[in-house]
Amino acid sequence: MPLDEYKPQSGGSELKGKSEFTHVGTSPDRPDGLDKVTGRAKFGADANAPGMLHAAVVRSPHAHARIVKIDTSKAEALKGVKAMVTRADFATDLRGENWNVLENVMAGDTALYDGHAVAAVAATSALIAKDAVKLVEVEYELLPHVTDVDAAMAKGAPVIREGAADSSVPAGMHPNVVRYHDSGHGDVEEGFAEADLVVEESFKTEATHQGYIEPHACLGTLGNDGKGELWCCTQGHWNVQKICAALLDMETSQLRVTASEIGGGFGGKTSVFIEPVALALSRKANRPVKLVMNRSEVFRASGPTSSASMDIKIGMTKDGLITAAKGVFRLQGGAFPLAPMEFSAMCAFACYNLKHVKQIGYDVMANRPKQAAYRAPGAPMAAYAVESVVDELSNKLGLDPIEVRLKNASKEGTKASYGPRFERIGLVETLEAAKAHPHYSAPLAEGQGRGISCGFWFNHGGETSVSLAMSEDGSAQIMVGTPDIGGSRASMALMAGEVLGIPYENIRVTVADTASLGYNEISHGSRVTYASGLATIKAAEAAVRELCRRAAQKWGIEEDAVYWEDGCAKPSGPNAGDFDPLPIAKICRSMGRTGGPINGHFEATPEGAGVSFATHIVDAEVDPETGKTSVSRYTVVQDAGKAIHPTYVEGQFQGGAAQGIGWALNEEYVYGEDGRLQNAVFLDYRIPVASDLPMIDTVIVEVPNPGHPYGVRGVGETSICPPLAAIANAVSGAAGVRLTELPMSPPRILEALEKNG
Amino acid sequence: MVEVNLWSGLRAFADGKDKVEIEAKTVGEVLLGLVKAYPGLEPTIEAGVSVAVDGRIIANSLTEPVSEDSEVFLMQRLKGG
Repeated sequence: MPLDEYKPQSGGSELKGKSEFTHVGTSPDRPDGLDKVTGRAKFGADANAPGMLHAAVVRSPHAHARIVKIDTSKAEALKGVKAMVTRADFATDLRGENWNVLENVMAGDTALYDGHAVAAVAATSALIAKDAVKLVEVEYELLPHVTDVDAAMAKGAPVIREGAADSSVPAGMHPNVVRYHDSGHGDVEEGFAEADLVVEESFKTEATHQGYIEPHACLGTLGNDGKGELWCCTQGHWNVQKICAALLDMETSQLRVTASEIGGGFGGKTSVFIEPVALALSRKANRPVKLVMNRSEVFRASGPTSSASMDIKIGMTKDGLITAAKGVFRLQGGAFPLAPMEFSAMCAFACYNLKHVKQIGYDVMANRPKQAAYRAPGAPMAAYAVESVVDELSNKLGLDPIEVRLKNASKEGTKASYGPRFERIGLVETLEAAKAHPHYSAPLAEGQGRGISCGFWFNHGGETSVSLAMSEDGSAQIMVGTPDIGGSRASMALMAGEVLGIPYENIRVTVADTASLGYNEISHGSRVTYASGLATIKAAEAAVRELCRRAAQKWGIEEDAVYWEDGCAKPSGPNAGDFDPLPIAKICRSMGRTGGPINGHFEATPEGAGVSFATHIVDAEVDPETGKTSVSRYTVVQDAGKAIHPTYVEGQFQGGAAQGIGWALNEEYVYGEDGRLQNAVFLDYRIPVASDLPMIDTVIVEVPNPGHPYGVRGVGETSICPPLAAIANAVSGAAGVRLTELPMSPPRILEALEKNG
Repeated sequence: MVEVNLWSGLRAFADGKDKVEIEAKTVGEVLLGLVKAYPGLEPTIEAGVSVAVDGRIIANSLTEPVSEDSEVFLMQRLKGG
């Protein structure tokens, strides 16, 4: 089918009934499991090449400084050093986001944050490269800095980059405000006047890191002939190819990029940080160059999420009807534009059917690393602020928090807070399932509190190519272009098995390199099971059509007199002829003599991703002596549309909740007065470990997405939207204090308890 | 003519209107028509937008059809993590 010809079916006309599925909805062993537990899987740092050099990066120790001079002479004189690069070794005529990415990858005339790369060296060993870094002499002229979002917007704040604001920013704003968003409908003042109670509160959340276990790593080769090879851990290797080609001023087709296994990404591997540096060094040294970040570099120089400052005002009647809602969302995205403030604004009130709503967003630059996406970028902090206020209103009015949310819940046909009307959605179903769950009615122990929160995320489709090839024994190979960040190879095999009627074990799914398949957008936006899944189904259906044609040819009947069932071609009825079913293996065994190889492929930009909602229930208790919060019980209820591989779906639910617990309770970027990051190691940046977490219970709600043949909705991001607020609401119930700043770390809890007397 | 709803922040570039009418049969024609009628919208549209048609959010495809009955909203471009 040609590009873009596929149209989602309204009303789910392609959906199979549950009872019709054979493979979909089962949870077989993951295909990469053995490789990963035995160490056979090859991650970013596992690639090697003959003659390979090792690279290290010189980074700014200052939050903001003009680079007066870089003297590399002593480093270059060190035995074993083969190449050095600075900004002068990259393309010079870039514009827009490519320029921003290059500015982040290698500083120009100014170091913009602590950890900003200013030069890099390649040497015959990693130790020599590190020694050479120490010999690079950089002369800085210190400039005033700012790292807090509110301070960065204030009058007199140091300007990060003059002229960076786009045309959306109203006149009179500080130059660090670079984009502005304003949306909504109705008249919020009229709505607030109708309320019996109005609660207005301000909130702050700190930047958190995606915390993937595998640091950024790559192996690049760029020869004198202008041809390049790159091996890297990434969520999107076509995107890496495109950006690297631009930054190195080469043709995209001359750079082949292969994605390694990935040790976590969560949005943080949707950009590039070191790959162009390795390639530039390789081009200079004419040898392969490996570059691996250490953990400190990951924290200091690869994107955390934005920090945020937010004001929320919501009005409610005595019986729980929300009359109006307003939110202001200020997000800093480091020393570069594109903090996801518009997603904060658009997601903030999406769970509610509102007559009057207004949301405003500010994208603010500060002296911090360039933010990167982190699971539903912009949405979790907005949900924290909004759902905290909804909880306050429910408490003050003596109303049940789930009943309040049900009373105001968005449904099919509701005009969303961000504009259009919703198609079929499953928020009410998640709330009903949460209400019916034993967790919600279980008694609380002394000192415990229970929190509820809902969350929303858009999901995404995107450019997608899939190719399927039948083997002569009737097994199938599938090539996808979306790196497997959440179990997608298993899900693709299940969906292809469903169409082909062959066992899951007979299908091998490979993430193809950029030279082996058509373009694929990044694995982001919870799009892979939806979009690559849709393309896999369509590719398998194309193969089935050809398999049926070969059977018709053998039987001497019309093609449309053959149908496919249980892995066999069958005559469609008595009139078609009396033939025994023809198994897939038999058709494939002779395919070379009956018309050639049997393949299927599908390329499209599917646009029916379908939005997703979740409701979380949390029980927590607070130690009044230490201020430590313990999460004692946690239940995630989320609409998956259709769970292709249920245990993987549950894993996504649990992963989002676990990361949300870290964000809510402990994780934060801590900057000193000098603008340097104070906690750039896991000992000081505290992500949750197993002993911090309860077993996270899950309920998969299935309200089919009409835009996917089997009803799939993305599940990877929505799960991180409710936890921050759900935990804050539980803490409020347990300790009797409302924390308006994350993380709710022990010192903050103790301070709040003390203030509360 | 297709009625296109703009987010509030775009009113300044569309003569103060939050709804404008464009002659279009596809998403791509909607965007072209908006730029032609209101050149001030060009930087925003060039930077990337999504278009919601009857509730379905079109992030990329310019060929998606729209009709006079369609509910059309211009939205910020979607991405994810």
